[in-house]
Amino acid sequence: MSEFLSDQGINAALKVRNLDFYYGDFKGLKSVSMDIAEKKVTAFIGPSGCGKSTLLRTFNRMYDLYPGQRAEGEIIFHGSNTLDKGYDLNLLRARVGMVFQKPTPFPMSIYENIAFGVRLYENLSRADMDNRVQWALEQAALWTEVKDKLHQSGLSLSGGQQQRLCIARGVAVKPDVLLLDEPTSALDPISTAKIEELVFELKSTYTIAIVTHNMQQAARVSDYTAYMYLGELMEFGVTDELFMKPKRKETEDYITGRFG
Amino acid sequence: MSQHMIETEAAVQAAMKRQAEKSAVFLRQDRIFAGITFSFAALVLLVLFGILVSLMIQAWPAISEFGLSFFYSTTWSPSTGEFGAGIAIWGTLATSLIALLIGVPISFGIAMFLTESCPVWMRRPLGTAIELLAGVPSIIYGFWGLFIFAPLVQEYIQPWMISWLGDPFFAGPPLGLGVFTAGLVLALMIIPFIASVMRDVFETVPAVLKESAYGIGCTRWEVIRNIVLPYTRVGVIGGIMLGLGRALGETMAVTFVIGNANRFALNLFAPGNSIASTLANEFAEADATLHIPALFGLGLILFIITFVVLSASEWLIKQGERKAGGR
Repeated sequence: MSEFLSDQGINAALKVRNLDFYYGDFKGLKSVSMDIAEKKVTAFIGPSGCGKSTLLRTFNRMYDLYPGQRAEGEIIFHGSNTLDKGYDLNLLRARVGMVFQKPTPFPMSIYENIAFGVRLYENLSRADMDNRVQWALEQAALWTEVKDKLHQSGLSLSGGQQQRLCIARGVAVKPDVLLLDEPTSALDPISTAKIEELVFELKSTYTIAIVTHNMQQAARVSDYTAYMYLGELMEFGVTDELFMKPKRKETEDYITGRFG
Repeated sequence: MSQHMIETEAAVQAAMKRQAEKSAVFLRQDRIFAGITFSFAALVLLVLFGILVSLMIQAWPAISEFGLSFFYSTTWSPSTGEFGAGIAIWGTLATSLIALLIGVPISFGIAMFLTESCPVWMRRPLGTAIELLAGVPSIIYGFWGLFIFAPLVQEYIQPWMISWLGDPFFAGPPLGLGVFTAGLVLALMIIPFIASVMRDVFETVPAVLKESAYGIGCTRWEVIRNIVLPYTRVGVIGGIMLGLGRALGETMAVTFVIGNANRFALNLFAPGNSIASTLANEFAEADATLHIPALFGLGLILFIITFVVLSASEWLIKQGERKAGGR
């Protein structure tokens, strides 16, 4: 099995070990173990309800907001287990950013949408903040489109622009890892293409984990792909290999469209 | 073939004619329905203007007798026949302001706790308790305020405030009853209203929006301050205004604890009177020459204050929307 990239000399940003996840009594993830490679794109595919979003939401412990949801096992991030009870969640979420399925700009100006997160952990001068905002918007390939209306509401942008604003917001706090939960499923093809290009650009700086329903997208943007089914990690490996010659029958059925 | 098509066309024509007759009936029914609902809505305007106009007519003798000074004079003396609304206006505004100053932060805390940090098992019982508190009749608040709460305030709160805060608003002696205690009781009465409105509007914030904020490392307070409050500004102001409206017009509870004295004092520990409590106390033994018109004048003023508060809140909400822009 190739789940443990760290055994093959590849740096792992996140090491998932024997992870079980529960929604109340329902077991949403069953003993998942894998590595998320540093500065690579790891895609999660699988039919609805297979646990891929659930897995992503354990990486920044977003599930913690909801009573009744709990995870057991280990997720090692910079040497410590993020599932430990006393782990500093605000710090974790500042280091592991997330972009959601639907664009979620904050109800404030474009500039503030980005400056807000930065201000939480850094005390920048006005000029430094201006630079950081510009840098983040450039990283998200949005700067040229919004540079003349930075003080308009973030909600005034189009859906695709809003999503790139959310990516810029995530990038601005300089995290190690970016989690993208179906970031293009609410977008048109042109915006989707822009986001995919962006993912390709961003992986030189960030570790990226992306959940997607679109297998072509997974094939286009990712270095590693994980196929999940009913809460289990069925197959995990280098994207090209997984798509060209899947090791398991179930994976092959799914990617050839015979199922799901 | 063509024969068949013509027959079909004729059949369609016949069907359309039947439908047209039906639809004429529907149209007529629809007009009647619209007319009836309009008349219901018109009733609201009619009642509103009816009350306003009759208040004005009834109050006129007092206003023409005392002129503008009726609205600010602090003499209210049924025995000498001199009437000014100053004391009652001050009492109404002061008690309501105290109620808001104390009630709003507490309600905000309750709503914040209920939506953000309350353990699940506690959420429903606590929510129900708040709704029950909102349903307690005001006479009970008044009765309880007079016999239980006011003595406690007199013994434990007022002496402490007199020695620490003192003049001009918190001067001795501690009497228990007075403007301050009325404000406290009003605060207790409006907390459940404001808290449950705030909780409801806080719950309308989309989970993903809050998750995005938590997702960049915000604490609960930062999420509330920067995401939830701006998102729910309109509803929060609405909730506060609902509470203020209730506080301004509350009669029974205030009458019990405000002290019912027609003497003007800035001192909040002194007994005073509000518009509503003056009306409740005096309507029965008022004589028709000037006293009753003066009471109607008070009613008119309360009506106007409520109207101003409502308009101000509408204006605040509009300003807020303009500032957020682009929505």
